[in-house]
Amino acid sequence: MSATRAPAPPTRSAAANRLRAGRPVPTLLRHLAVAAGAGLLVLAISYQLDSFRNFQLATVAAYLCATAGLTILTGLCGQLSLGHGALMATGAYTLALCQNAFADRGVTAGGVLVLSLGAAVLATVAVGALVGVAAARLRGPYLAGLTLAVAVVVPALTVTFDGVFNGEQGLAVPMAPAPASLGVYFPYERWQLWVVTVATLLCLVVLANLVRSRYGRAFRAVRDDEVAARLAGIHVARTQVIAFVVSAASAGLGGALLAVLAQSVSPGAFGLTLSLFLLMAVVIGGLGRLAGAVWGAVLLVALPDLTHTVTDLFTLSPAAAQRLEGNLPLAIFGCTLIVVMIAAPGGVQGLVSRLAGALPARWRRHRP
Amino acid sequence: MDRFLFLTLDGLSRGAVYAAFALALVLIWRAGRIVNFAQGAMAVAAAYVAYSVTAATGSYWLGFVAALIAGLLLGAVVDVAVMRLVDHRSPLNPVIVALGLVLLIHAVLGMVYGNEYLPAQAPFSRTALTVGGLAVLSPYDLFVFAAVGVVGAALVWIFTRTAIGLRMRAAAFAPEVSRLLGVNVSGMLTLGWALASGVGALAGMLVIPTELGLHPHAMDLVFVSAFTAAVVGGLDSPPGAVVGGLGVGLLLSYVSGYAGGDLIPLAVLVLLLAVLLLRPGGLFAPVAARRV
Repeated sequence: MSATRAPAPPTRSAAANRLRAGRPVPTLLRHLAVAAGAGLLVLAISYQLDSFRNFQLATVAAYLCATAGLTILTGLCGQLSLGHGALMATGAYTLALCQNAFADRGVTAGGVLVLSLGAAVLATVAVGALVGVAAARLRGPYLAGLTLAVAVVVPALTVTFDGVFNGEQGLAVPMAPAPASLGVYFPYERWQLWVVTVATLLCLVVLANLVRSRYGRAFRAVRDDEVAARLAGIHVARTQVIAFVVSAASAGLGGALLAVLAQSVSPGAFGLTLSLFLLMAVVIGGLGRLAGAVWGAVLLVALPDLTHTVTDLFTLSPAAAQRLEGNLPLAIFGCTLIVVMIAAPGGVQGLVSRLAGALPARWRRHRP
Repeated sequence: MDRFLFLTLDGLSRGAVYAAFALALVLIWRAGRIVNFAQGAMAVAAAYVAYSVTAATGSYWLGFVAALIAGLLLGAVVDVAVMRLVDHRSPLNPVIVALGLVLLIHAVLGMVYGNEYLPAQAPFSRTALTVGGLAVLSPYDLFVFAAVGVVGAALVWIFTRTAIGLRMRAAAFAPEVSRLLGVNVSGMLTLGWALASGVGALAGMLVIPTELGLHPHAMDLVFVSAFTAAVVGGLDSPPGAVVGGLGVGLLLSYVSGYAGGDLIPLAVLVLLLAVLLLRPGGLFAPVAARRV
């Protein structure tokens, strides 16, 4: 971008020299390199972990899509959405319906999953655009109230239209087995992890580029001062709708990937609690930073696992253990959310960045 | 026609509860420019206190009083221990903190009482009385009207006729000036939270016996309906909240009577969306209201 804006001829060679000396790697290449590195890392790790840990890692990746999308919306564009659990449900149910439709017509090739994922993203984009157009006219508590209504109502619709969505039982998601070329004894969870990781990394590369693009700057301008943004020629409402749609698409992909992992969808998995969990994850991870979304997604999977381990240490009656296990993560999430908002609004990634601030300045030159 | 009359009366009774709950939201919004998203969870917590007290003493009314006191205390505690510490410069912060409270309250209730539906007792019969062959209100509906009416009248009296009400209004309207004139502004805010939470607890006690029963999530949809009611009336207007509550109650009653109870959540969402898009300031908004 800077090369095309080189000033008048006399100074062009000097400018070119300057650029060549400290030329930053193009953003897309850098992000692709990071994604490729992350992909190779996951590939290596997937051979070291057992099936259950592979599955958990895949769940982290699926949540990561949703938390990254919410980070864009809330952290970057300043719009609060409590409805992302419902958007994930939209993606998950669309994927389930597509996979079932393919299976009914006898199409069982693994490749149709890509089509189903695409359909899931498109359906969520449509729903996201609908909510986003309304959301762009609303601020603060009004927006929160509307998205809260979406989060409460959409899962209930699966019961209202149980002819399509099969009510509380939900739908099964028929999935093709892992490719035969990988061998008969290839663990299915490892294959799931690969599929989910590829989709998530693609999503993250797109989002990371968006953050560094014209749109990302417009998002931040709108978040910081709407009037100033409007004076600078930014169409505020359009920017907010774009942010909402992008965020919804990521959430839809995340929901669809969760459905791929669980091989079933039911409304119970996408209730209000999920929406609040997602919000909690991005707030604790650190609003406005995609790296924060990673922390949040890890936390969403790790904390319930951790509380499970802790409750196993005590000898409790089965009923008490069940109550504690189901609710202790919620309590910890709730407390953390309150404490983080009061004490450290920057979240985990904010703390990390502050620690990184102690490093020499040249290490931090290209940080956003 | 009979059916229409029955649905209308049933809707008004349902709407009275929404009105009370919306009133609680409006109280806090006027006092501190916060929509208390934890209102539903706080009301459920008060209802669980009533459940415990009733189970221990065998008296519904002791439980009822305990719920109201628990609601008042919980509101004050939430303000003093949590909300006062939040940085209010960004309007997102109080909302996020309130949602953290929702998670925490749901979790604590789930740990203590379990995540099953518990039976909620109604103090009066819920079968409708018949007058001249027409099924009209049940004794419980009359109790709902009376309770909401008494609370509404008490609030009007407090805010218009007492010195403390005047101070509360002053503290909300012009905090700096009130402070200079010797009003304990943060104390008034805490009192406002307590009152609102008490009214919310009352609404919870009234609505839970008419639904599936006591459950940590019992008030989720009620909260959304009451928020819709408050928005219909305009978040700033207490009379608007009452009218909005009754209107939402009527609408939901007609929807469930003529189109099926499954459609209630969808109807709430459509109504909220329509109001926010067509008249975001609410039906009772003064001209040039605050931008939403």
